[in-house]
Amino acid sequence: MDTDFAKRRRRDLIVAFCLAAIAAVVPLFVKDSYVQNIMVLTLMWAALSQSWNILSGYCGQISLGHALYFGIGAYTTTLLFTKFGVLPWFGMLGGGLISALIAMGLGYPCFRLRGHYFAIATIVIAEIGLLLFHNWDWAGAALGIEIPVRGDSWLKFQFARSKLPYFYFALALACVAWFVTWWLEDSKWGYWWRAVKDNPDAAESLGVVVFNSKMGAAAVSAFLVAVGGSFYAQFVSYIDPESIMGFHISLLMALPAVLGGIGTLWGPMLGAVILIPVTELTRSYAGGSGRGVDLIVYGGLIIAISLARPQGLVSLFAPKRKEATR
Amino acid sequence: MSTPLLETRGVWQRFGGLVANSDVSISVERGEIVGLIGPNGAGKSTLFNLIAGVLPPTQGSIWFDGEDVTALPAAERCVRGVARTFQVVKSFETMTVIDNVIVGALVRNTVMRVARQKAHEVLDFCGLGARANVLASDLVPSEKRRLEVARALATEPKLLLLDECLTGLTPLEAQTGVELVRKVRDTGVTILMVEHVMEIVMPLVDRAIVLDLGKVLVEGKPNDVVRDPKVITAYLGDRHAVGA
Repeated sequence: MDTDFAKRRRRDLIVAFCLAAIAAVVPLFVKDSYVQNIMVLTLMWAALSQSWNILSGYCGQISLGHALYFGIGAYTTTLLFTKFGVLPWFGMLGGGLISALIAMGLGYPCFRLRGHYFAIATIVIAEIGLLLFHNWDWAGAALGIEIPVRGDSWLKFQFARSKLPYFYFALALACVAWFVTWWLEDSKWGYWWRAVKDNPDAAESLGVVVFNSKMGAAAVSAFLVAVGGSFYAQFVSYIDPESIMGFHISLLMALPAVLGGIGTLWGPMLGAVILIPVTELTRSYAGGSGRGVDLIVYGGLIIAISLARPQGLVSLFAPKRKEATR
Repeated sequence: MSTPLLETRGVWQRFGGLVANSDVSISVERGEIVGLIGPNGAGKSTLFNLIAGVLPPTQGSIWFDGEDVTALPAAERCVRGVARTFQVVKSFETMTVIDNVIVGALVRNTVMRVARQKAHEVLDFCGLGARANVLASDLVPSEKRRLEVARALATEPKLLLLDECLTGLTPLEAQTGVELVRKVRDTGVTILMVEHVMEIVMPLVDRAIVLDLGKVLVEGKPNDVVRDPKVITAYLGDRHAVGA
């Protein structure tokens, strides 16, 4: 029995490695920059959703305010770079740490709330963050900040001519987010989180410090999301509050995980690979003139999945395991 | 004689105007099986929750293993060696049976492989070994009760608190449950169990404590307790006490 478990864990790792290797060579053959753009976004949202999944999927604390951490990551990097000339790599790390701290600071009062109340609190807090940045003149207020282009460089992490560096960074980020999840899944934290999600009272009686588990999940999740935000700022080289911290960002983080399978290792990846290209393609082919056809397709997809497969798409791959155990 | 494993000293619990426990002082010695019985609304579950650390008592103190644990939350008490089951089962429904038990085992084992091994041993001990990889939500009610016990045992407790874990089972299931409780005691775990089905508890326990209206009514050997007129009155009313 134990060997089965170890085998499954190892298999996950091997599959992930193969997929990453395949993904890494794809852009060498697909040179179209529009398609490459979609691939970068897909990987980025996969990474973000995977990170969101740690707090909301594994630990069960549904956050609809993760745009806050995304925004903090983006703004920290950009402000440090434009105002103080600090390299984006340090900004990334700094943004991550600040986000993790803020997540814990906010978690201190909010983790006393349960279920829907917690979700509502996260929406409100992210909205407050959005308004603050809207009115913060030093940070560009509603106009936002443009990152000055200083020529292609890994040091400054900006590339005007090629999308490949962004692609590889996004791939690396997705791999890191996946690996962190994989690693935490079979750790004390992973078990604590799932126990907290399923039944906090029972968890407490088994020695699980519920509050600390939530804080830990929030910190890891916020850190990774902020790194994603930093990356996005570098990628688009222009940020403003609405496009970085709007509610849609929070939703876009949650949806791939929900679609693919919330609280599962592969769910966010699978969800993002389906959802993001569909979003991008419908937007460019039907979004302009059709006034929201892309959103109709998008919404329809979510409704279809939640009706037919509320456990998410990964459950389609699981039937064998379930039968074997009966 | 050594200190009792568990002691409540003058414990009160009020919920607004309702006094659920008033001045309850009980003690449980090491290696005992103690039954906490009483009619509905006697304050059994409240006392149980106070001992488990779900809520702090309004007044009084709780001592475990020679230490005042009144202020400690449930998780801390679990680390000290208090484990419990729930009257309404609270399995981790989306997790497999083995994963449920691993959560408990992680209290004493930090290495995952060891915790997993330990969890398998406990499952086998509780007769759930064959169901290890099933989702907890797929278990039948009697198996869920077993899982509650297994999960609690995985924390390697000194004191196991069983909250009506034999109530609502078929006679056969209850019988295997009784055997499991004995088996647990034989491994050196002290047991405090809440039950209100007398015919199950009485042959099993070494000592019974009867609560009524939030107070300790009688305590003693099960045979003496069931014949005590005060107990009969509490359960059945005055009329029957005369006949006893």
